[in-house]
Amino acid sequence: MTISTAELNKVALSREEYDFIVQKLGREPTEVELGMFGSLWSEHCGYKYSAPLLKLLPSRGERVLVGPGEENAGVVDIGDGQVVVMKIESHNHPSAIEPYQGAATGVGGIVRDIFTMGARPVALLNSLRFGPLENEHNRYLFNGVVGGIAGYGNCLGIPDVGGEIVFANCYSGNPLVNALCLGIAEKGKLMKSQAGAAGNVLMLVGADTGRDGIHGASGLASRTFDGEQELRPTVQVGNPFLEKLLIEACLELVQADWVMGMQDLGAAGLTSSVIESVAKADKGVDMDVLKVSRREEGMTPYEVMLSESQERMLVIVREGCEDRVKAVLERWDLCADVIGQVTDDGLAVIREGEKVVASVPVSLLSSPPRYRRQGKKPLWLEEVQSWEASSLLDLTARQCNETLLRLLSSPNIASKETVYRQYDHQVMNNSVVLPGEDAAVLRVRGTEKGLSLTCDGNGRYCYLDPCAGGAIAVAEAARNLVCSGACPVALTDCLNFGNPEKDDVYYQMEECIKGMAQACDMLQIPVISGNVSLYNETRGEAIYPTPVVGMVGVIRDLKRRCTMPFKDEGDRVFLLGGEGDGGIGGSEYLAVMHGLVKGKPSIDLDREKQVQQCCLEAIERGIVKSAHDCADGGLMVAVAECCIAGGIGLGGKEWCIDGRLDVALFGEQQGRIVISVAPDAVTKVEELAYKYHAPLDYLGQVGGEQLSLEEYICLPVEEMAKAWRRGI
Amino acid sequence: MKFGIVVFPGTWSDGDCYYAIHNVLGYEAGYIWHKETDLSDYDCLVLPGGFSYGDYLRAGAIARFSRVMVSVERFAQNGGLVVGICNGFQILCEAGLLPGVLLPNDHLQYRCQGTYLRAENNAVPFTSRCSTGQVLKVPISHYEGNYFAEDAVLREMEANGQIIFRYCSPHGEVTEKFNPNGSLHNIAGIINNGGNVMGMMPHPERVCEALLGGDDGNLIWESINDYLHGRTE
Repeated sequence: MTISTAELNKVALSREEYDFIVQKLGREPTEVELGMFGSLWSEHCGYKYSAPLLKLLPSRGERVLVGPGEENAGVVDIGDGQVVVMKIESHNHPSAIEPYQGAATGVGGIVRDIFTMGARPVALLNSLRFGPLENEHNRYLFNGVVGGIAGYGNCLGIPDVGGEIVFANCYSGNPLVNALCLGIAEKGKLMKSQAGAAGNVLMLVGADTGRDGIHGASGLASRTFDGEQELRPTVQVGNPFLEKLLIEACLELVQADWVMGMQDLGAAGLTSSVIESVAKADKGVDMDVLKVSRREEGMTPYEVMLSESQERMLVIVREGCEDRVKAVLERWDLCADVIGQVTDDGLAVIREGEKVVASVPVSLLSSPPRYRRQGKKPLWLEEVQSWEASSLLDLTARQCNETLLRLLSSPNIASKETVYRQYDHQVMNNSVVLPGEDAAVLRVRGTEKGLSLTCDGNGRYCYLDPCAGGAIAVAEAARNLVCSGACPVALTDCLNFGNPEKDDVYYQMEECIKGMAQACDMLQIPVISGNVSLYNETRGEAIYPTPVVGMVGVIRDLKRRCTMPFKDEGDRVFLLGGEGDGGIGGSEYLAVMHGLVKGKPSIDLDREKQVQQCCLEAIERGIVKSAHDCADGGLMVAVAECCIAGGIGLGGKEWCIDGRLDVALFGEQQGRIVISVAPDAVTKVEELAYKYHAPLDYLGQVGGEQLSLEEYICLPVEEMAKAWRRGI
Repeated sequence: MKFGIVVFPGTWSDGDCYYAIHNVLGYEAGYIWHKETDLSDYDCLVLPGGFSYGDYLRAGAIARFSRVMVSVERFAQNGGLVVGICNGFQILCEAGLLPGVLLPNDHLQYRCQGTYLRAENNAVPFTSRCSTGQVLKVPISHYEGNYFAEDAVLREMEANGQIIFRYCSPHGEVTEKFNPNGSLHNIAGIINNGGNVMGMMPHPERVCEALLGGDDGNLIWESINDYLHGRTE
């Protein structure tokens, strides 16, 4: 073997993988071939480590039309002849290096995945993680990422309706930037990504190809990295205006029956989109890199094949229809190059004019090795889990006010308005419930229905108990949708982890996925698409295992939607799901007030289901006037948020707290929802709770200008609002 | 009576304007592609929001050279009604159809939020349905909405009643606190000297139904409709 380890590192292939390629080809691969193998066999494109685990997630359901891995995004039927197309994707590594462009092109990439399928993108969400903002570099990353999402998304005219932002030390220098896009299409009118029959013509549409983003998939996304400066050229630069033109042009093209397939160019550029689309059709391809329009002279075939220049689409058309494509594109001032043709021989032949620079079986390129490893529960995990609350002094009644204010101003709980007001969340005239609620709600034109959307993850829970944490991520997302009056119908996941070649990280990944699968089964929500981002570490320290769940639900009748704020004086407030006995482990309280990330979070999935079903029925029957998920910061933070949002207080009487105060007020037991009902609806809600075996506890009456709960809490709503608004 | 909604590459409020004007209010409306030149079908032109030509260089700076703009200018010179919303307002300023310019917001951030507007002059075709001093709730969504004009120009505009909307509190007080972008005199919307061209940064087309948080924006389309019917009948 002549190839050096350094050269293999550059394409992120192991010596064993290289030897396997040589054996299969019967020769050493050419430079271009090696680059193609490196990209396609990278974790980012090939799911070497994660694929076997992803099979654990349930992906079937009566509404599911396209499941994970089949196309660029998943598809569910929402009735009335319409489907939702949805996917979430990470752009963590590029954002760590160049936050503005990294985040911007993350938005661009996920939007392309949706309109590639012929669906009009109608909503964006994002789930973000950063290190604490006191650190200057984290602040730079935060501002850059938010600016990039705003700069790109706003220009497209797609509303950014929701998401989440979480801060923790482990994300310092390795932020998580997960972008979700949802589209709507007519049922039966979706475009496929496969290349179809031999003879079909490959056309490259959109931006010219430049040297940006080479090795994005293999180099950036599929291994750990430390030096940042020299990696900057691997990040792509976005042009949202061009993307907007591409959206409109492509949505016109998908109407034509002579367009056979469409595939966007994302990670690994031409290599992955060409190979994936012909692999899906069991065909080969013959293409010429000289036909590709370039931004600069002197680009090698290797660079052309691996460039990750943004805003490009591969359009596959029936032979002879090339001019029709060009006619559609001309209206949008876009160009297209005919770059190759689908062949029958199963070979990927890449030419530079007359010269063949790569000729390998498509099937080999598209079958990366799969590694099923044996995870091992790390010793440190036993230690953090064995922590007992008894080692801490409980809160006294006099400390409760101050504690609540501290929690409300903790960046993880505080208002995110300073962020979401930078995103256009209203364009397209469908946004019914705006950011800041448990879930965003969009109306579906021409129907009575609404779509409810949310993004959720909890790295801290997953760190402390990956299986419970994974289940909680799914359950909490579903709970958020239920609080808006929606029945959850599908989820998309973004699995952010460290280096899977390490035993403890692999264990975390496996357990998280198992937990997610359990919750999906219990709540009957299928996974329809997703993305995996591994190697999220800096200087050897992995991030918290952070599966992020994006979920969509359907509100049958928009008139029966529900929101968080307390509404009217005299309304009765209840806690559905029982008072806290879930301990204080893993809570925001423990982290903020004691600087501890310890304990063992847990979830009772049976209880979760009872509570969600009860709440949804109560909302659908118009019994409930407000509903809010009880999550970070526990019960007190949840009721405070309902007061702040409604600009009205709550008076609670005859509270009797038996156990620990900190657990009762700030513990984060799952499966709980704070609801308010009109006085004459109390019996109805009690009957419903009885029907579903869901615990229901009376908390107090809406009214006044303060939140007051016996001797524990007495705070003006205005003061709480101030604390909550100054968090970030 | 027909509204014409001008579409540049990168425009994105075209659909929302069409929805408010046609689907909600039932007025006749059509799209005008930026390469078109014949506007004889239309009685009122709407230049919607978005990022025409990516707003590269400067918001509206490229769109003003679009082929359709020659016809828009002629349409305005002949007394036709023209409304520019957000990017459309920026384009009309760049084209010289309205005085002043729109600078980047003073805080240098994009802003999408609800704002309150005080109707300052209802003796124009665009606001006859409002009472003077009436407060409208209309959201903004822009990065370059910070209205600026030279002192002398501003004085003249004030004197002529060319300020149509100012940002204000929910109760109509015009104070710095309720100015979302640094605009001089809290200016949110203006008209030209002839009174037939209006530009405003907030998006009236977004508040066209209670479901979307209000319908104050309809007052503008209804005013225009009244005016055009009064004139033609």
